[in-house]
Amino acid sequence: MKCRAYTTAVLAVLAVTAVVPALAEEPRQGGSIIVTYKDDIVTLDPAIGYDWVNWSIIKSLFSRLMDYKPGTAELTPSLAESYEISKDGLNYTFKLHQGVKFHNGREVVAQDVKYSLERTTNPKTESPGGGFFDSISGMEAYKKGKARDVKGIAVVDPYTIKFTLTRPDATFLHVMAINFSSVVPKEAVDKAGKDFGKKVVGSGAFMLADWKIGQELVLKRNPGYFIKGVPLLDQITFQVGLEPMTAILKLEKGEADFAGDGIPPAKFVQIRNDPKYKDLIIEGGQLQTGYVTMNVQMKPFDKVEVRQAVNMAIDKARIVKIINNRAVPANQPLPPTMPGYDKTFKGYAYDPEKAKELLKQAGLEKGFETTLYVFNVDPNPRIAQAIQEDLSKIGIKVKLKNLAQANVIAAGGKPKTAPMVWSGGMAWIADFPDPSNFYGPILGCAGATNGGWNWAWYCNKELDERATKADAMSDPAKAAERAELWRTIFTDIMKDAPWAPIFNEQRFTIRSKRVGGADALFVDPVRIPINYDHVYIKG
Amino acid sequence: MTRYIANRIAQAALLLVGVSAITFLLLYVLPADPVRQIAGRSATPETVETIRKQLGLDLPFHQQYGRYLAALVQGDLGRSYAQKTEVAEIVGARLPATLLLMLAAIVCELAIGVAIGIFGAVRQGSRSDTGVMVLSFIGVSTPQFVAGILMLYVFAVRLDWFPVGGYGEFRHLVLPALTLGLLGAGWYARMMRSSMIEVLTHDYVRTARAKGASETRVILLHALRNALLPIIPMIGIDIGLFMSGSVVVESVFGWPGIGQLAWQAIQQVDIPIIMGVTIVAAVAIVLGNLLADLVAPFIDPRIRIH
Repeated sequence: MKCRAYTTAVLAVLAVTAVVPALAEEPRQGGSIIVTYKDDIVTLDPAIGYDWVNWSIIKSLFSRLMDYKPGTAELTPSLAESYEISKDGLNYTFKLHQGVKFHNGREVVAQDVKYSLERTTNPKTESPGGGFFDSISGMEAYKKGKARDVKGIAVVDPYTIKFTLTRPDATFLHVMAINFSSVVPKEAVDKAGKDFGKKVVGSGAFMLADWKIGQELVLKRNPGYFIKGVPLLDQITFQVGLEPMTAILKLEKGEADFAGDGIPPAKFVQIRNDPKYKDLIIEGGQLQTGYVTMNVQMKPFDKVEVRQAVNMAIDKARIVKIINNRAVPANQPLPPTMPGYDKTFKGYAYDPEKAKELLKQAGLEKGFETTLYVFNVDPNPRIAQAIQEDLSKIGIKVKLKNLAQANVIAAGGKPKTAPMVWSGGMAWIADFPDPSNFYGPILGCAGATNGGWNWAWYCNKELDERATKADAMSDPAKAAERAELWRTIFTDIMKDAPWAPIFNEQRFTIRSKRVGGADALFVDPVRIPINYDHVYIKG
Repeated sequence: MTRYIANRIAQAALLLVGVSAITFLLLYVLPADPVRQIAGRSATPETVETIRKQLGLDLPFHQQYGRYLAALVQGDLGRSYAQKTEVAEIVGARLPATLLLMLAAIVCELAIGVAIGIFGAVRQGSRSDTGVMVLSFIGVSTPQFVAGILMLYVFAVRLDWFPVGGYGEFRHLVLPALTLGLLGAGWYARMMRSSMIEVLTHDYVRTARAKGASETRVILLHALRNALLPIIPMIGIDIGLFMSGSVVVESVFGWPGIGQLAWQAIQQVDIPIIMGVTIVAAVAIVLGNLLADLVAPFIDPRIRIH
C-alpha cells in the first residue's frame, strides 16, 4: 500500500509539474499543518463520531481491519494482513498483522476487534453506527440483551478473527472499513468511561497530543505506526469555531493550511477566478446526490405521471448555476463516482411542455397545490425557490416550509406528512462507496417506515428482491456483475420516478502553498476533506 | 439589605424554575427526535426504543422534567447526547472565554459610548453632535458579521497588527472586544447623551456654573454621576446578553464562548446542552440585574434599597 501510494503521489506530482519541471517535489517527512473548522469537535470516539468534522480525524487516529487505497474508493486490507471469504459468502476470516501497537504501547490482537465491535453495537454505547452490523450472526440477540457477546464474531487465535453472517453481504468489507469498526483498547475505554471521546487511544497514524476543548486539537505523528513511512506530517493542529470566511483570511495570511469547511458560497466565484488561488483549489466528486422526494402515498404523487412531470419541469442546469456551479446536474440516484452509475442514462430531460401534457393525462391540467419541506440553511432555501418557480410554470403551486434540519428529517420520516422534501444539507452522502448504501435506507421498503429515511415512501418489492440478490454477490470476482445489477436497479427506479434527482455536489478543497501531495489525496472519496496520512509539507 | 438580597435570590430561584420548565417544554414538543439523532440513520426501530428508554425519554413530560430538576438542584446538568461528557464540564470549559469577552466588550462599550454621549450632549444641536449620533446609529445597525470580517481584514490581514482569530492572549481579545464594543457603544452613547442633556438643565448644575466652576469640572464632577444612573441597568442587561454568548462574533473570531456551543447544540438537538446554556444565561441575567441594583446606591445615595 505504501509503495503504491508513493508511486501514485510521485506520478501525480510529476504529471502536474511536467510543464514546470523545476518545481518537482519529493514527499518528505516532517512539518506540521493547521486545519480550521467552524464546528467544534464534539467527540473523537469512533463509535460515536459521525459528522463532517470528526469523521476524517477519527480515520487517522484509529485503525480498522480494512481501509481504502489513499485517494480512491478501492478496498485494501489494513489491520488485517489478509482475509478469506468462504464460498457461500457467510464466513469472513481476517489474519491480523502481528506487532501492531496501540498508542499506549499494547499490541492489537483479535480480542480487541471483537471487543470494539461489541462496544459499538451495544445499545448502552448509543452509537449511531450500530445498524451497520446487523448481518453478523447473533447480533440481534446481543442487541436485545439476550446474549452476552456476538456469537458471529469469533476469536480463533490472537491474530485471527472470524465472522459468521446470517446472509451473504457484499458490503461487509466496506463495513469493516467504516469508522464504527475502529479498534479500541478495552483498558483505555474502561478507564475513561463515557469520556473516552475526549481521551482517545487508538492505533492509527496520528495520536492525541493536546486538546483545548472548543479551541484546538493537536495530533502528533505515531512513530510506531504499523505502515512504514506513514504518516508524513509530524503534527496537525485543528482550530475550531472559525467562520469559513475567517478561515479563508487565515489561509491568505499563511495562518492556516486547510479550510475544512471549504470556500464560503459568498466568496466562491471571486476565489475561483482569482489567479492567486488557481493552483491551490482541487476539485473532485463527492458520493452525494441532492434530490426532491415525492411521497407516493400522498395524492397526487401516487400517480407516476405527476412524478415524471415534476422531473421534467425542474431546470437542473439553472439550479446548478444558482449555486455557482458547485455541482453537476443529476438524472439518477447514484452519483457519478459510485460503481453502477450509468453514464449513458438520459433520465428525464427538461421539458415543461411535456410535463404539462403528463399532468393533463393524470387529470390535473389545472395543476394542484403542494408543500416542499426544506432545510433552512443557505443555499437550500434558494434552491427550493427555484424549484417552486419551475413547478409554478406547469401549474403546480408549491408552498415552502423552511425548517431546522432535524425537523425536516422528522417530517420526512412521518407517514403522509411531507408531500415533497428537498434533500439538500441532510441526504444523501454515502457512508461507504457502495451502491447498496444508496438503496436500502432511502429507496428500499425497509426505509419506508416511521422515522426512516425513505421520504418518498417508495416500496417496490421486485426491486427489493433484486437488491437483496445484488448484496448477496459477495465474491469479489463478481464485482462487475454486481455493479451492473445495481445499475439496472437504479435506472428502473427512475421509471417510477419517486425522486427528482437534481444534482451531485462537487468538492472544492483549498490548501496553502506549503502542502504537497497527489491531487486525489485532497478530494479523497472516503476521507473528507483530505487524507491526513499521506499529504506532506514541501521542502 | 440582607433581606433584600435574600428576597431577590428567592425570586431568582423561582425564575430559574420557570425558565427551565418553559425551555424543557419547548424542546419536548419539538418535532425533531433526539433519539433518532443519537441512534443514527442506520438504526432499527428496536434500537431506537432501547436508547429512548435508557435516556428516560419515553417517560411523560412531568416525570422527565422532575428528573431533570431533581438532578439540577444537586448541581447535575446531565450528559450531552452528542459528546457524552458532562454538560457542566463542557459549559464550564467555555465560561472563562465568555466572561473575558463580556468584560472586555462592556469596558469598550462604556468607554466609547460614554465619551461620545458626553461629547454629543455638550455640543447639542451642533453638526458634530449630529455626526456622532449618525455614527452611533450606524454602529447599532451594522451586522456583527460584516463589522467583524471588516475588522479582521483591515487590522489582521492588511495591517497585520493582530492574528486572524483565536484565543489565549491579549492580542486575540482586542478585535472581538472592539467589534462588540463599537457596535454596542451606540446604545450607550444615545442614552448617555439624552441623560446628560437632561441633567445639565438641573438647578445644581446652574449653581455649580454660577460658583465659577470650569465647564469640564461641571460636567465630569457634578453632572456625570447623575447622568450615569440610567447606564447602570443597561450594563446589567448586557451582562446577561453577553453571557448567553454572541454567536456571530464568536464564530468570526474563533472565540470559544458559550454562543457557539449553544448554536451547535441546537443544530444537533443536544437537549442537555441547550438546557445547560439556557440556565447559565438565566442565572447571568438575574445576577447582572441584581448587581446593577446593588451598585446604583453607591452612585446616587438618594437611591435606597428596601
